Amino acid sequence: MSALNTFNLPDVGEGLTEAEIVSWKVKLGDVVAINDVLVEIETAKSIVELPSPYAGIVAQLLVDEGQTVDVGTAIIRIGSEADASAAPVGGPVSAHSSEPSAAAAVEGHRPLVGSGPRADAVKRRPRRTSTAVPPSPVPPSPVPPSPVTPLSERATEAPAARVLAKPPVRKAAKDLGINLSDVSPTGLRGEITKKDLLSYQDQRTAEQDGAGTFWQSAPERGPDAAADQRISRIQVKGVRKATAKAMVLSAFSAPHVSIFVDVDASRTMEFVKRLKTSRDFEGIKVSPLLILSKAVIWAAARNPSVNATWTGDEIIVKHFMNLGIAAATPRGLMVPNIKDAQDLSLKELAVALNDLASTARAGKTQPAQMAGGSLTITNIGALGIDTGTPIINPGEVAIVAFGTVKLKPWVLDGEVIPRWITTLGGSFDHRVVDGDLSARFMADVASIMEEPALLLE
Amino acid sequence: MGAAQLPSTEFEDTDVGGALIEGIAPVDNLVQLLGPDGKLRHDEKFSPYLARLTPEKLRSFYSDMATVRRFDQEATALQRQGELALWVPLTGQEAAQIGSGQATEPQDYIFPTYREHGVALTRGVDLSQLLKLFRGISNAGWNPKDTNFHLYSLVLAVQTLHAVGYAMGIQRDQATDAAMKPAAVVAYFGDGASSEGDVHESMVFAASYQAPVVFFCQNNHWAISVPFEVQSRIPLVNRASGYGFPGIRVDGNDVLAVHAVSQWALDHARSGHGPVLIEAFTYRLGAHTTADDPTKYRLAAEEEKWRAKDPLVRLEKYLRAENLADDAFFSSVKDDGDELAAYVRKTTLAMTVPDIRSSFANVYAQAHPLVAEELAWFENYAASFAETGTGSAAGNETGAP
Repeated sequence: MSALNTFNLPDVGEGLTEAEIVSWKVKLGDVVAINDVLVEIETAKSIVELPSPYAGIVAQLLVDEGQTVDVGTAIIRIGSEADASAAPVGGPVSAHSSEPSAAAAVEGHRPLVGSGPRADAVKRRPRRTSTAVPPSPVPPSPVPPSPVTPLSERATEAPAARVLAKPPVRKAAKDLGINLSDVSPTGLRGEITKKDLLSYQDQRTAEQDGAGTFWQSAPERGPDAAADQRISRIQVKGVRKATAKAMVLSAFSAPHVSIFVDVDASRTMEFVKRLKTSRDFEGIKVSPLLILSKAVIWAAARNPSVNATWTGDEIIVKHFMNLGIAAATPRGLMVPNIKDAQDLSLKELAVALNDLASTARAGKTQPAQMAGGSLTITNIGALGIDTGTPIINPGEVAIVAFGTVKLKPWVLDGEVIPRWITTLGGSFDHRVVDGDLSARFMADVASIMEEPALLLE
Repeated sequence: MGAAQLPSTEFEDTDVGGALIEGIAPVDNLVQLLGPDGKLRHDEKFSPYLARLTPEKLRSFYSDMATVRRFDQEATALQRQGELALWVPLTGQEAAQIGSGQATEPQDYIFPTYREHGVALTRGVDLSQLLKLFRGISNAGWNPKDTNFHLYSLVLAVQTLHAVGYAMGIQRDQATDAAMKPAAVVAYFGDGASSEGDVHESMVFAASYQAPVVFFCQNNHWAISVPFEVQSRIPLVNRASGYGFPGIRVDGNDVLAVHAVSQWALDHARSGHGPVLIEAFTYRLGAHTTADDPTKYRLAAEEEKWRAKDPLVRLEKYLRAENLADDAFFSSVKDDGDELAAYVRKTTLAMTVPDIRSSFANVYAQAHPLVAEELAWFENYAASFAETGTGSAAGNETGAP
C-alpha cells in the first residue's frame, strides 16, 4: 500500500477525447509542488501544459512521449515525499493491480473530467451508489489503460474481427463512401486513422485527379523513363497477370457466342422490395442479383449443358452449381463462387452472396473460394452498364452478364408505360452450347426475372 | 451630452493605441489618468476624481487586481487538472473590472458576463463560489440578493436586456418610494456581444426610458478568434450617440481612469439622467477560455505590446514612486493571493454534488403540483436503477446537476 496519487489525463478543452504526450517536464524522482508543470500535451485544439494537482515525488511516468492516449488514462503517479523511497520506480505497472491503491489514495475525490466514461462509450449508467460520491464516480473505462505496453506487443493484441476506428474517422469514411474494412490500419491499437483513410482515398481518386494533367506528361517509371516521358510502364504481376492469362486462354480456345435479351424485371423489383421488408430477411442485404442467381440455378437445371466443362475429348456436365460471382476487389478481378448453390434456400443464398461480396471487397478471398466454379454471373449493372459480351471463366462454358435495372418505356398490352427493364447478356462456349440451347437457357433466366413466382413451381 | 462633447485627452493615440488596428478611427476621446509608465496624465474632467482617492483606496485597487489575477491562475490550473470543466480567464482586464466594480455602491445591481471575476471580488462574492458553475455542479454558487451581483450569463449579451429591465424596475420603485436610495445598474458585455441584437434592443429601451443603466463594454479586442475590426467599423463608443446617450472611451488598463469614468457614469444614471456607454479599451492577454488557443489566430507580438500596458505594473510603478506602498505591501499582497488560491483549491475539491431535489425545489417559490409529480416520477426512475444495481462504482442519478 502506497500513497501514490495518480493523475489521469483530463479533458482540457470541452469534449476532447484524447491527447498526445508531447514532452515530460519532470523525471522520476523529481520533487514537484502543486501547479508545477508536469507535462506538455497536444490536443485537437491546442498545446497545453498540465500543472501538477499533487505535491510529492514523481514515482512513475506511465505514458511515453509521442504517444496519444485517451482522456482518463493514468499518465503519472506522484508519491508523497515520505513514501517516495518505498515507491516502485519506473517500469511497467499493471493498471489493474495498482488502480485500487491509487483509488484508495484519492478516496472521496475524483477529478471532474478525465475520470468519466469515454466520450464514445455507449454503456448505460447501470446502477447507483448508496452515497453520492462527488463529483463523478463513474465506472472505469472498459479498456484497462496499458500505456506502458511495448508497441510490438500491442500490435499483436489488436482484435482482428472488428474494424477499429474513432467516430470522426467513421463519419469521414461514410461521407467518402469508403468501406472501412477496405482500409489498411496503421494505428497503435490497429485502428484505422484519419491518415489511413485519406491515403486510401488519395489512392482511390489519384487517377481521376490526375486526369487534368494526364496528357501533359507521364510519371517517371524505371530507368528508361528519360527516353520517353510520354509513356508510363506498369509491371504486369499478381492478379492482373492471372486475369490476362485466363482471359486469353478462354477467348482464344473457346469460341464465344454472345446473345442478349431485354427483360421486364418489374416483378423482380417488387419481390426484392417485399423481401427487404420481410421479417425473415431482416438484416440481410437483398438485391436483384439474388433473384438472378436463383434464376440461373433454376435455368441451368433445365438446360444442364450450360453447367459443364469442355476437356477436349469429353464434356463434363456437373450436377452441382458452384455459382461464380465476378467481383472487383482491391487486388483486381476475382471470381469467387458459392459452393453447391443449388442446395441453398433463397435466404441462405442471400447470406452467401453477402459474405462473398464482403470478403471479396476486403481483399480476403481465398484461392479455394475461387476454385471449381461451374457457371459465372458478372454484375456489370452495378456499374451502371446496360450489357456487354463477357468472357467465359476458364473451365466453364457459360457466363451471364447482369445489366443495370432502370425504368424505361415498355410496351405492355399496346400501351407504353414505364417498367423496370434490364438486359441480360450471355456468352457461351459454342463447342458445348449451341445457339438453340443458349437461347433456351437465356429465355428461362429471363422468364424468372419477369415472374419470380415461377421459382415456386 | 454626446460623445463629442466629452473631454479628450492630450495624449497621442499611440500612447494607448499601440495595438490599434488599421481601418478603425483613431482613439481621440480616450480617457487616461495613469499611463503605462506609471505617471499621471491630466484630464480636465476626470483628474479631479483622483483627489477623492485615499492611499488605502489606491492600494486596494492594486491588491484587488493582484488577488483576482492569482485567483485566475489557480482556476486555470484547476481546469488543467481536470477539476473544472471550463475556465474563462480574465488576465489583462483587471483594471477594467476592479476600477468599475469599486465604483459601484452596495445598492447598485450588477449584471456580469461569465468573465467578471474581478467585479465579483469587489462585490464581496466568495470567489471559490464562482467555480461551482465551472465545475458543473450548480447554475451559480452565490445568491445574487446578498451582493447585488447577478448570476453569470453564458448566453452572449442576454444580460444587457435583463439589466435594462431591472433598471426600469428601479425607476418604478423610486416613483413609489421617495426614500429609496438612488441606484443604478451596470450591464457588462464585450466587443463580441456588441454585435448581438440583444445589445441593440437593450440600448434602445434604455434610451427611450432613460433607464439608470451603465453599459460597460470591455473591448478586449478579440471575440474568441474574431478581431475587433470585424465587429465594428467605428469606435464602439460612437454608437452611444446613435442611441442618444453619452459614451466614454477609457483606457481599460488604467484602473484610475476606469474608476473615475465609472463613478461619473453611475452618478449620471443614479441621478435620473439616463444611460451611459463606457467602452473600456483593454486586451485579453490569455485565451478566450481554456478550450481556446489564441496562438492559432493572433501574433505573439500583439500580446507583447499589450503586456507593456499591464494594469498591475503601471499602478505598482505609481504607488512606489509616490511612496504609497512598499515591498512589505507587495509581498503581503502576494501572500494573501497564495492563501486565497489554496483556499479556493481546497474548497473546490471539497465541493459536493447537490441533491437533485434542490433543483425541483427552486423551480417555483411555492410548492407546485406539476413539479411534485415530476419529482415523484424521477424518484421512481432513480429507484429502478437501485434494484438492479451492484452499487459499487457508479451512478450519480441523485446528484447530477
